[in-house]
Amino acid sequence: MKIGNLELAAEELPGAVPAWGAEVDASQWLAASIHAEASGGRLLALWGSDRSDGAKPRFAVHAALVVQPGIIVMTLPLSEETYPDVSNVFPAANRMQRAVFDLLGLRATVPADERKWLRHAAWPPDVFPLRKDFLGDGSAFESYAADHIDDYPFVSVAGDGVHEIPVGPVHAGTIESGHFRFSVVGERVLKLEERFGYKHKGVEKRFEQMDCVTGAKLAGRISCDSTVAYAWAYAMAVESACGGEAPSRAAWLRALLLERERVANHLGDLGFLGNDAGLAFGLTQFSRLKEDMLRLNAAIFGHRYLMDLIVPGGVLIDVSAEESSRIRAECDALESELLLLRSIYDEHPGLQDRFIGTGRVAPELAARLGLIGLAGRASAQAWDLRAQFSCSPYDRLDVHMATHRNGDVAARVIVRFDEITESLRLIRAILEALPTRATLAQLPTAAEGATGIGWVEGWRGEVFMALELGPAGAIRRLHPHDPSWQNWPLLEHAALGNIVPDFPLINKSFNLSYSGHDL
Amino acid sequence: MSPFFESILSQLTQTLLVVVLAPAFLGWLNQCRAWLQNRSGAGVLQPYRVMRKLFHKDAVLAKNASPVFRAAPYVQFSCMVLAASIVPVIETDLAFSPAADVIALVGIFALARVFAALAAMDIGTAFGTMGARREMLVASLSEPALLMVFFTPLLIAQSTSLNAIADALAHRQFAIYPSLAFAAVAFVMVLLAENARIPIDNPSTHLELTMIHEALILEYSARHLALIEWATAIKLTTYCALGIALFVPWGLAQTGEWQMLPVSVLAFAGKLALAGAALAVLETVSAKMRIFRAPEFLGMAFLLAVLGMLTFLLLGA
Repeated sequence: MKIGNLELAAEELPGAVPAWGAEVDASQWLAASIHAEASGGRLLALWGSDRSDGAKPRFAVHAALVVQPGIIVMTLPLSEETYPDVSNVFPAANRMQRAVFDLLGLRATVPADERKWLRHAAWPPDVFPLRKDFLGDGSAFESYAADHIDDYPFVSVAGDGVHEIPVGPVHAGTIESGHFRFSVVGERVLKLEERFGYKHKGVEKRFEQMDCVTGAKLAGRISCDSTVAYAWAYAMAVESACGGEAPSRAAWLRALLLERERVANHLGDLGFLGNDAGLAFGLTQFSRLKEDMLRLNAAIFGHRYLMDLIVPGGVLIDVSAEESSRIRAECDALESELLLLRSIYDEHPGLQDRFIGTGRVAPELAARLGLIGLAGRASAQAWDLRAQFSCSPYDRLDVHMATHRNGDVAARVIVRFDEITESLRLIRAILEALPTRATLAQLPTAAEGATGIGWVEGWRGEVFMALELGPAGAIRRLHPHDPSWQNWPLLEHAALGNIVPDFPLINKSFNLSYSGHDL
Repeated sequence: MSPFFESILSQLTQTLLVVVLAPAFLGWLNQCRAWLQNRSGAGVLQPYRVMRKLFHKDAVLAKNASPVFRAAPYVQFSCMVLAASIVPVIETDLAFSPAADVIALVGIFALARVFAALAAMDIGTAFGTMGARREMLVASLSEPALLMVFFTPLLIAQSTSLNAIADALAHRQFAIYPSLAFAAVAFVMVLLAENARIPIDNPSTHLELTMIHEALILEYSARHLALIEWATAIKLTTYCALGIALFVPWGLAQTGEWQMLPVSVLAFAGKLALAGAALAVLETVSAKMRIFRAPEFLGMAFLLAVLGMLTFLLLGA
């Protein structure tokens, strides 16, 4: 296949999304990245693997690039523990490469930034938990954690009147843990640096102790506000590895769940965006709408957040005609209320004053640094899998992508409103055209070493999963990738030049995942 | 009973009334906000429950806390009790009134604030210092505006004593003063800023980076926090009582008018309830403004107060 002008020997991977796999050498690794970047492609994910129970040599790094025809997954087998650095081609690779080193001890040569990323003081620098010889019984940590301080070298800003404000990882409200280091002069933010990894739970290691059936449950818990997207991506990866397929009714029901998850999350965010600007009225109204949705979810699907409904091979739920009309009635009610609330948000001078121009990510910057998902679309990065690489049933639904050029908080609010409207349309269209057939199919047994790809447009952005199976359906390696990897670095840029009290609003307008990033 | 004891008694009753009922007023305000947001709300008594909870907890102090940090809650509470004693609430015969006039009242508020800011910086956390900085920015703009607001009724009554002003406005022949209208609007703006209400500050926020008043007290716990919360409630109530005394004083009992007391208590309670509801409406319909809009907002308050004074001086009305 061709990446720009580069010809790469690649074989097509079976599955719902257009994907190719290619084994490359170090020079192709770099060349493919450069050509992909030059031809408008982007880096989707970068991860490493320890294949000591499978192929030789022991280690490999993988990168998923999004190019014109689809995804290309490059595998670079490593004879030594180093590989070429691509962070100067794709800035988003910086943190992924650092995470690869922390987890596997594979070093990119020679990156500008060699600081640790996911590793904290509780974890010795010469222990690499994703290596197969790491047992995970805690023996490596016990003596270490007690007397080590996490001396992460933040970039310091010097100058007259410049000082630092450390925020987190413990916050005043109930939010996930992350550390933000502001360098400010007065109220103006000169630099913001993030530090994550506090939510590292060893999800990838845990997957390696599971098989592809039991893994579905864990996949739905990687980042629980996107449980549908993760579960679907996982199911897609397993189906692609097995060479099987979910029945078409299951695919449509998955899309129904995904759109309901999108609407619920967007409603919650819109409420909190109003609240963070001091308009508590917005929070209560949007929370009420979200709560109504969650209760209907519980009534029809048995779970408020739609957890554990999607499994490899299909879905575990079905929608009767009566339930379908309840969902449709809810869509109608929601739409009219949403219209009213949108006009209140649009016409509230105090709110608009806080939203407009705040936390701006210019389209050029977004393109250069690789902003994706909802935040990307608000900065004119027109990527939406549902519209561009649409798998069933989106290929029949003609999804309208919501985009905006301003890249500020106001734009991200507008995109959210537009996406809710579109999702409500999709939900109605799905219920209208739901095919009648089984919802669960038996998957064929996968061969050892089979690989599969899952790629789903969650509410936050693209959720990606790369799966390699071992013998008898065991998971040899599963790499889940959250769009937050790409978008967290952009938040640092969005805050620049803004005043400190506007940061919570900017942060909320991105609303990125800690758990999905820290794994 | 001698007039002296009478005035002492009336002073004590009134101070006690404000201090004890202040949390209920805050609870009422929050309840109105909840209703306006379609929530059922925690009830008028919620602030008492919170305070009881806090008084039962053990206080946590930073290792490097100095005596200033320990003393500040008591200083703030005392300042607010004193302020509450000066403002005529149900009658104008107050023993403390010769001791402090409106100018001193502004000073008392400033004293409490200085201690709050010092205590916030005492521990040395980034949030405390940030809050102290912001609090001082707002204070430096709201205090002059508050003084200017006082000058209009002061000129009308020809006195700086709050009792004399309230007496003059309440019991002289009914007249409409356009100048007071300007001053009243300016006063409401200052009230919002001084009491850390929306649109200047958000008392219910959990976002450390946006806080002003809340950032000052982040390090406090238990009885210290309870005292500060109580002082905050008293301050808000005192401000509302002040507004009532200056701009709608009708119903206030005069010296020795014991038979007027029930009427004046009812009148005060009614006016306070209305004030709380009105504040809740104001806070519900507005969003919090950026901190750098605060100077514009308070500049406007200052301008209105000056306009009020000019109106009085030029038109005599």
